[in-house]
Amino acid sequence: MSEPSTAPVRVDASVLRTLFDRVPYARFLGMSFELKGDELTAVLPFKHELIGNPMLPALHGGVVAAMMELTAVAQIFLAQNAQGAPGAPEAPGTLRVPKTIDVSIDYLRSGRPVDTYARAHLTKLGRRIANVRVEAWQYDRADPIATLHGHFLVQGEG
Amino acid sequence: MSDSSSSSPGGRIPRDAPLWQTMAANAGMMIQGTPQAQALGMRLVSIGPGRAVAEVPWREDLVGDPETGVIASGVVTTLLDNSCGMAAFAALSQPASTATLDLRIDYMRPAKVGATIRAEAECYRLTRTVAFVRAFAFDGDDAADPVAAAQAAFMMGTGRRAGQNRKAPVTSAAPAADPPPASEAPGDV
Repeated sequence: MSEPSTAPVRVDASVLRTLFDRVPYARFLGMSFELKGDELTAVLPFKHELIGNPMLPALHGGVVAAMMELTAVAQIFLAQNAQGAPGAPEAPGTLRVPKTIDVSIDYLRSGRPVDTYARAHLTKLGRRIANVRVEAWQYDRADPIATLHGHFLVQGEG
Repeated sequence: MSDSSSSSPGGRIPRDAPLWQTMAANAGMMIQGTPQAQALGMRLVSIGPGRAVAEVPWREDLVGDPETGVIASGVVTTLLDNSCGMAAFAALSQPASTATLDLRIDYMRPAKVGATIRAEAECYRLTRTVAFVRAFAFDGDDAADPVAAAQAAFMMGTGRRAGQNRKAPVTSAAPAADPPPASEAPGDV
């Protein structure tokens, strides 16, 4: 099984930032990305608007799902733009955003009113479909609050 | 799913359950009490026994694809999750804390730009511990042409046991006079 996310990559973090700065919903959530080498971590800083259950309080399950979905999209984008990756465009950033086909989310514990992080792993990046797994955590990377497994339609230049 | 008046929901969901009536009477509070739902501009359309219909109007800051203006799939996810949670809660005869176990979303097609997204959720089976819910999201009136579908499972009545491995205290049940808590929050089970 190929593991594109661990292949040697050289991606300019600003390309990723530029892409997601253009997505209004990513700004609505207040999401950002940190890139260390080829390792991408999504960051969702806590804010009151993200609460789904004020009694606990807990983050909205939909927000956690959406955050993980965007992390998957960003990871696919990175892999597609990796230098030397098959089909990588000459000018990075010209690819279209992958489209979500389906996502399946397991909720493991409630999201506390603190910052949330997520990392994605591309199980398989095919020419048309990407198979992705994502984990989201808060205090402890080894104790995730939710996991996502999803399929995404990978789009070429167009 | 689009016919919310006639067909009875799945087994063991009492039609005379007082909880959904309380929820329906406090429909405004259901959204108002959920900051993320309010931030999305969500509106509760209707509540019935084991049923919930809610909608989110298209808005520029909710767009997921700046090239096309299509609303973000994450917005549809949150709307479906929220509706499923309310449907599960509306299947109960008395308030209990709920925790989302899992949520599966299929995106069939992009939503029409500018269209209000409406989610119709139904708890089709309620056991002593689990509520099984499915939902569809529409951007128009064609019941055969949904934008997305959802399938969710909720643990019901987790409040009694939740203190065992949880740091923060959990409210096990809302007083009947208050609007019930949003039920989409995941928790330890």
